[in-house]
Amino acid sequence: MGKLDLDPVLVARARELARRAGQPVVDLARSHTTVSVERAVLRLAGVTGADPDGIPWVNRLVDAVAADVGLGHGVAVPVFDALVREGSTDVTLLAQKAAAGSVRFTQPTGRAATAARSAARKAVGAGIRRIDRRRAERDRLVKRHGDPAQRPWIYLIVATGDIYEDIPQAQAAARAGADVIAVIRSTGQSLLDYVPEGATREGFAGTYATQENFRLMRAALDESSKEVGRYVRLTNYASGLCMPEMATLAGLERLDMMLNDSMYGILFRDINPVRTFVDQRFSRQVHARAGIIINTGEDNYLTTADAVDEAHTVTVSQLLNEFFAHEAGLADWQLGLGHAFEINPEVPESFRLELAHALLARELFPDAPLKWMPPTKHMTGDVFRGNLLDGFFNLAGALTGQGILLVGMMTEAVVTPWLSDRDIALQNVRYVLGAAGGLHEDFVPAPGGFIRRRANQVLGEALDLLERIGEQTLLTAIAEGTFGIMKRPADRGKGLSGVAAHEADYCNPATDILEAAA
Amino acid sequence: MSGEKQIVRPYGDTTGDGMVQVSFTLPVTHDKRAEGAAVQLANKMGIDPAMVVHATPMGDGFTFFVVYGRVNHLVDLSAVQVVERDFALLSAKDVNTVIKQRLRRKLSVVGACIGTDAHTVGIDAILNVKGIAGEKGLEYYRELKVTNMGAQVSVPELVETARAEKADAVLVSQVVTQRDAHLHNTREMSAAFREAMPAGRRPLLIVGGPRFDETMTDELGVDRIFGRGTTPGEVASYLVHALITQRKAMA
Repeated sequence: MGKLDLDPVLVARARELARRAGQPVVDLARSHTTVSVERAVLRLAGVTGADPDGIPWVNRLVDAVAADVGLGHGVAVPVFDALVREGSTDVTLLAQKAAAGSVRFTQPTGRAATAARSAARKAVGAGIRRIDRRRAERDRLVKRHGDPAQRPWIYLIVATGDIYEDIPQAQAAARAGADVIAVIRSTGQSLLDYVPEGATREGFAGTYATQENFRLMRAALDESSKEVGRYVRLTNYASGLCMPEMATLAGLERLDMMLNDSMYGILFRDINPVRTFVDQRFSRQVHARAGIIINTGEDNYLTTADAVDEAHTVTVSQLLNEFFAHEAGLADWQLGLGHAFEINPEVPESFRLELAHALLARELFPDAPLKWMPPTKHMTGDVFRGNLLDGFFNLAGALTGQGILLVGMMTEAVVTPWLSDRDIALQNVRYVLGAAGGLHEDFVPAPGGFIRRRANQVLGEALDLLERIGEQTLLTAIAEGTFGIMKRPADRGKGLSGVAAHEADYCNPATDILEAAA
Repeated sequence: MSGEKQIVRPYGDTTGDGMVQVSFTLPVTHDKRAEGAAVQLANKMGIDPAMVVHATPMGDGFTFFVVYGRVNHLVDLSAVQVVERDFALLSAKDVNTVIKQRLRRKLSVVGACIGTDAHTVGIDAILNVKGIAGEKGLEYYRELKVTNMGAQVSVPELVETARAEKADAVLVSQVVTQRDAHLHNTREMSAAFREAMPAGRRPLLIVGGPRFDETMTDELGVDRIFGRGTTPGEVASYLVHALITQRKAMA
């Protein structure tokens, strides 16, 4: 197989083992729901806005339904049953009445249930059609303005906390060559069990992800796309407790990429594993429908664990992410599987090791737009050395044909990037891609050489780990600390109280529609 | 030390040449005037003569400069004053080693946001593996056993959990400061621990938040206050200092 002479039997075995480890988790996801999945359904059905305290009406409505009939039937049927009884079509108004305590919810049976199901399906279907229209709109704009001239696409972060500051910065970044703009979220938003409302001007080390902020930034980048003559993509985060709603809002506001990892929230945010896997599956189904490229978070393993010793955990996680993504209907072109340049530069042959790992990912997932993440752990504040390291990172990206390159900052761990830091970093990228952008065509590691041996070794270690996971289950493996160093048992972690097993009559029109299409 | 000069200048390639290199951006379109502006700034910074060795436009209406030149300032080493932290800043590895070798068990930390404060930003930045500013949180430390109770924890719940987890230290985060809620909550918390446990058995009480005055420990009845910008590494280093290094030294 290709440039590394990987054994196709081993590669097929690795995929089979990933499927074996992942399938029980899929079964779990298919038999449970969460408050955030149900809120996403209501958002698709047209519930908008928030109460005077800033608590979204979807939260108030889901809480009211759960209090009356529980979560296990799904909220769609009780909500639309109440709507039919009220003789109304305004779901937001119903949410307001429910919050005031003037509506009681029941789980209908017989003809009433059929009527409620049909009304719910109609309303949710309208929401999904809005997502379809946004996807068609993206296709048109990409056709009109064009894709970036080069691969990898250049991915740049803005994060001022104030959406109105972010916008000019993002537009300046696009002019300076950025193809993808990511707006970092406010610290801790992933642990909020609701999505804030409206345009926001204050955040902690980032800007709150809200539907209005999504809309404002997308509109600004549409202007930039016209100006720079290429479609500038927008990224945010479908992670944390509101992952399904984030995915839904991203689809409704035509975001183009979403950070969306199957295990990140569990390992790094101590979110309950079951909650995460249920939310994950729904959000990936929405991303599949919306034509959104997901970015997975394997780079994070290497910031906590050793990038050489634990290289195989990245491969294992990529294989799992691929399995979960395919199962949810995502196509290969939507899989921005993550990996990172995080080997200690003091390690002998560190660059050759990086090339081996990066090329392994490229060869294992030939049709995925891999997300290549810059050094962070070994950036010391020595900005000169940092700029050199970023140059090698860029070169590794060019040599191994990466799809999306997150621009490394020489001031990583020093300050949030200054205007000049960003410019110098982009200059670094432009130089490397200009001088060596096509080098992946010529770069074929020597048979039997260091890079091939190392890549095959990592694949072997990944297989061993997958075999071990297969003997237990993925949930047990996570509980026992197989990934990163965290032990995360399935009955612990944040957000567990928002999980419910499906009742026999569980109904989720969004899942029904999304799965019918897949 | 005896041979070291007390008065020094920056060193380029000759003793006493005073040469420095700086870079900065001015919100000025790149032209001759912009370069003159850069020289003016460098002169005001004490760099004279100043050589603008590089100037390049950066976006609309900004220019980036690299300037080399000679500063006319002297450094008096005898007048250098540094404020020393009263504990040593340790790496995660060193923190783990000290706990392992000297405590010989995991150090138990319980964290929470108490009262009605729902802002877990602070406690999560310190405790979550994710951490803050590229620094991993306390969960990342192998020798720390971290229990993060999250937001809106009542004081009795906190005391009970601290007891159950045999907490060596309790970390409380308070972001909301309306009507001095952070001060009231902290006093309530420290009083509850004083009431529930005898002096020698009480965990170390640490409170953190952006609006605390770090000198108010006695008044609030806690062992330590951490203000804005505190990193997990500082907290971990303090825990080792207060619970192991200092305690052993006193014993």
